[in-house]
Amino acid sequence: MRAFLPAYEMETPRDLAAALGRMASEPGVWKPFAGGTDLMVLLEAGKLPHKKFLNIWNLQELRGIEASAEHVTLGALTTYAEVQRHEILAREFPLLCRAAAETGSVATQNRGTLGGNIANASPAADSPPALIVYDAEIEIVSAGGARWVPYDSFHSGYKKMNLRPEELIRRIRVARSAAGWKQYFRKVGTRRAQAISKICFAAAARVEAGRIADVRIALGSVAPTVLRAVRAEQILRGQQPGVAALQAAQNALGAEIAPIDDMRSTARYRRNVARNLLAEFLEVLAG
Amino acid sequence: MPERARKIRVSCVVNGSEASFEAYPLARLLDVLREELKLTGTKEGCGEGECGACSIEMDGALVNSCLVPALQAQGAKIRTIEGVAIGGSLHAVQQAFITHGGAQCGICTPGMILAAVNLLARHPQPDDTQIREGLSGNLCRCTGYMKIFESVVAAVRRAETRA
Repeated sequence: MRAFLPAYEMETPRDLAAALGRMASEPGVWKPFAGGTDLMVLLEAGKLPHKKFLNIWNLQELRGIEASAEHVTLGALTTYAEVQRHEILAREFPLLCRAAAETGSVATQNRGTLGGNIANASPAADSPPALIVYDAEIEIVSAGGARWVPYDSFHSGYKKMNLRPEELIRRIRVARSAAGWKQYFRKVGTRRAQAISKICFAAAARVEAGRIADVRIALGSVAPTVLRAVRAEQILRGQQPGVAALQAAQNALGAEIAPIDDMRSTARYRRNVARNLLAEFLEVLAG
Repeated sequence: MPERARKIRVSCVVNGSEASFEAYPLARLLDVLREELKLTGTKEGCGEGECGACSIEMDGALVNSCLVPALQAQGAKIRTIEGVAIGGSLHAVQQAFITHGGAQCGICTPGMILAAVNLLARHPQPDDTQIREGLSGNLCRCTGYMKIFESVVAAVRRAETRA
């Protein structure tokens, strides 16, 4: 059933301070509303439980992409389209650009934001695995101050995150340390364009003298949250990307993921494909 | 009595003319365009951002109008299918859809044309892959994809011949 529109309020704060002030004065009452690509779908389905929103789409403090020697910092309202157009991101962060290009359609990419993708907290989101591979940190702000937190411990369970009701994600920064690493991204969905993932795999490795000196692997849609495959990484470090290392790493990966059967796929399929994507990643490293 | 949101007044520019309407903040821009502004060329397909039938341009960017709340149209420059032809003269993409049979039942057509026109604004001479990607967010249930694709290819060639 469609939503009853008069039940929903939305206000436009004049700046970030005003938005945070509103959120602090009535914690949990006002929620941020950015590009609407998730919230409007829930609204239309009559499944949007929250009723009061702050329109943050025009807040300049949440926009822009800046590069320093060590990081690239993206405002939470950076859209998927903006990610793809950015020169440094295109050159050094191909996983993030691929994730952005494979999320929704052109129209979705013009409205969907990185901050929204994080705060919507879906385990099937496509930018989180790439963000984890790039050691992302996120800046969380409230009227009381700001704090940077590592992204890989931000999601605490299915649709749960370490974000208090009066807090907002302001920026995301990714480390430039993976430039020059071999990088691999693959999203598996029903259709090449604008399908929601059955499984999403992002990984990068530094290969020296034929051995994997360092490696980071993250997966979407195989656990209650985006998952960093620390056990598989541990096994691969120091190894040659060959058959022996692959089998051990596949077994480790199988033990740390927890896929389920749902409307998009089955646990069995996801398990098999996760192993196969790991194999393809190692082929890239060996090649 | 539960709290009720009031309708708000939104002013924007639609197809080059000032427009103003009243709507609930989270009303879909799609419904406002069709019901308040009587611009019924924009169609509703899925209503959940999957099919692209309701595509419009907002500040130059292609968006699904079913996912835009009315409040966020404040101050925006909007172009719908009604604003694609200039005067009595069809856009090259529109003409190509007619010549090459790119429209069948017509529900997806306004969105397809907006997607193609927007693509040409970003990439005046797109290759085949760019055309396919540019149209990939628009579904056609008459399965007329090849004719739609060929229409856009023809529009690009026509533009090239003219240049």
